[in-house]
Amino acid sequence: MNRDGIALWLTPFLARPIALAGLCVLLAMVIAAAFAPWLAPYDPYAIDPVSRLMPPDAVHWFGTDQFGRDTLSRAIYSARMALLIGAGVVFFALITGIPVGVLSALFPRLGHVLMRIVDVLMAFPSLLLALGLIVILGPSVANSILAIGAGFMTTTTRIIYGLALRLRAETYVEASRSMGSGTWWLVTRHILPNLISPLLVQASFVFAFAQLGAASLDFLGLGAPPDIPSWGNMLAESRTFITRAPWLLFFPGMLIVLTAFSLNLVGDALRDRLDPRFRDVFGGEG
Amino acid sequence: MSETLLEVRDLKTSFNVKRSGRKYRLKAVDGVSLSLVSGEVLGIVGESGCGKTTVGRSIVRLVQPDSGAIQFRGGDVLGARGAALRDVRLNLRMVFQDPYASLNPRRSIGDSVAEAGDINGVFKSRADRAARIAETLSAVGLEPSFATRYPHELSGGQRQRAGIARAILPAPAVIIADEPVSALDVSVQAQVLNLMMDLRERLGLSMLFISHDIGVIGQISDRVAVMYMGRVVELSDARTILDRAMHPYTRALMAAVPKPDPSQRIVGVVETGEPPSQFNRPTGCAYAARCPLASERCLAEAPLLRPIGPDNRLVACHNL
Ligand SMILES: Nc1ncnc2c1ncn2[C@@H]1O[C@H](COP(=O)(O)OP(=O)(O)OP(=O)(O)O)[C@@H](O)[C@H]1O
Ligand code: SF4
Ligand SMILES: [Mg+2]
Repeated sequence: MNRDGIALWLTPFLARPIALAGLCVLLAMVIAAAFAPWLAPYDPYAIDPVSRLMPPDAVHWFGTDQFGRDTLSRAIYSARMALLIGAGVVFFALITGIPVGVLSALFPRLGHVLMRIVDVLMAFPSLLLALGLIVILGPSVANSILAIGAGFMTTTTRIIYGLALRLRAETYVEASRSMGSGTWWLVTRHILPNLISPLLVQASFVFAFAQLGAASLDFLGLGAPPDIPSWGNMLAESRTFITRAPWLLFFPGMLIVLTAFSLNLVGDALRDRLDPRFRDVFGGEG
Repeated sequence: MSETLLEVRDLKTSFNVKRSGRKYRLKAVDGVSLSLVSGEVLGIVGESGCGKTTVGRSIVRLVQPDSGAIQFRGGDVLGARGAALRDVRLNLRMVFQDPYASLNPRRSIGDSVAEAGDINGVFKSRADRAARIAETLSAVGLEPSFATRYPHELSGGQRQRAGIARAILPAPAVIIADEPVSALDVSVQAQVLNLMMDLRERLGLSMLFISHDIGVIGQISDRVAVMYMGRVVELSDARTILDRAMHPYTRALMAAVPKPDPSQRIVGVVETGEPPSQFNRPTGCAYAARCPLASERCLAEAPLLRPIGPDNRLVACHNL
């Protein structure tokens, strides 16, 4: 992308400080995940029976849990799991949604059948779908991604289908067809390049909601294995200490909300810079 | 010398449309026959919705006609396959009305201009491709440096020049220009029209020039076909039609054009009412409801195109 392109993408954020803050939170999360060993003041797994359930102080900023582990360090390491799940779910939603949505738009007969199936899948509440899949597949990080991704696959496919239908009717697509282009040419030269911006919007929303889904699964003990630090796991482990050590729930809880909220703000800002014709496709989101 | 390049015979194209919950078959083109001789410009004129664009889209195979035949240099266009299809694709090219919608905002001007060549494997090498893009851009009056620009950096007139460049690389035999100037500022219209006439001269193009503007049609066309509700109602040399229109609908079209000289104004053409619905075309002449000359026969029987007068002119009307 050239400099003009980058400037174009940054303007909606500069015009709206709250969206910029959202972007900063996202950036902080990436930094936390990448540099966790250097940023975390303690080993997140180190047990210290002497300082169990210590409230936040100068030594342990976020306090300690029932095993004496440093909550701040665990929260920082958890950014890794949050990013992994978010990116994994976005990837899964796009890798399934793009081919199904685009092909459905280009081949109306096929699209008719595929979109009916998507409609049926959309009728299931996504958390219920995720729980069902975990029960079948067994809890693990990969299966969490799959189970949460399955819920977003359908909405993403629908959105891509709507966008591709619009693009298919564009005059430049007609021009291309009149010169003899085939499906592959249309998809790679005309449809996908024009899908990038709206898909970035969709990716932000999916990433945001995936955080909530992952936290729910972890909290129910159906997500990442309990020894891996994640905000959902931290909530699950400390829920019995809610009255004695509320900080154990406060910090991971706040981080989940902050992440999901920030990504939503980023998505909103990106959506507002989209071509108006594409904007209403996202009407039901966010 | 004047070989018939493109021949359209009894073309019928219709669409499925939904109106207030019910499905209709809309006959957009209902039996059009045209022929285009090498080197000539055939203007197609008619009010909005009469099927001009659909004729063009049918020829470049963007819509499948219900019936009729289209021949290019004697070969079948609608059933063409393989090498014949490639030949048709490269030789029958369209220029679109809206220069803002007809260029992909994510592709550079150079990529758009080279698209037909890229799709059909025309270029020998990257250098050949770049050279021919540059040459084509110069031919339409754009700097070769425009190749790396994007549509949003161009004005409407420049975009339409790029749209024309896309239609002439590699050089086709026929350009189907669908209202190529009507979306442009009046000041730019003349420039783009001049460019098209100039290209026609230099590249020996033939053109199907679609417009609802009789003035523009008069400037550029050798012959003119007047369309009304999916049919050709009058077809003749441009001068004949412009100076001595015969069909009542053509006369009404002419009367709507402001004439500077009062003695030239066409009098006695009064048009009443709206065109009938395309969903249920009347059995007789489609123009009967608006026609000052309408008679009993017009309501019962649809007029066929037939030669009238000495000017090599075809008119579809009972009462002339
Ligand atoms: N894809 C389509 N689906 C349904 N109806 C269509 C389609 N394309 C054209 N029509 C209808 O067919 C008729 C003829 O349309 P067409 O675009 O050929 O007219 P036109 O003469 O080019 O008009 P204009 O001057 O407005 O461009 C119109 O009533 C139009 O609504
Ligand atoms: S056929 Fe009759 S109604 Fe039709 S244009 Fe001629 S006079 Fe008018
Ligand atoms: Mg039209």
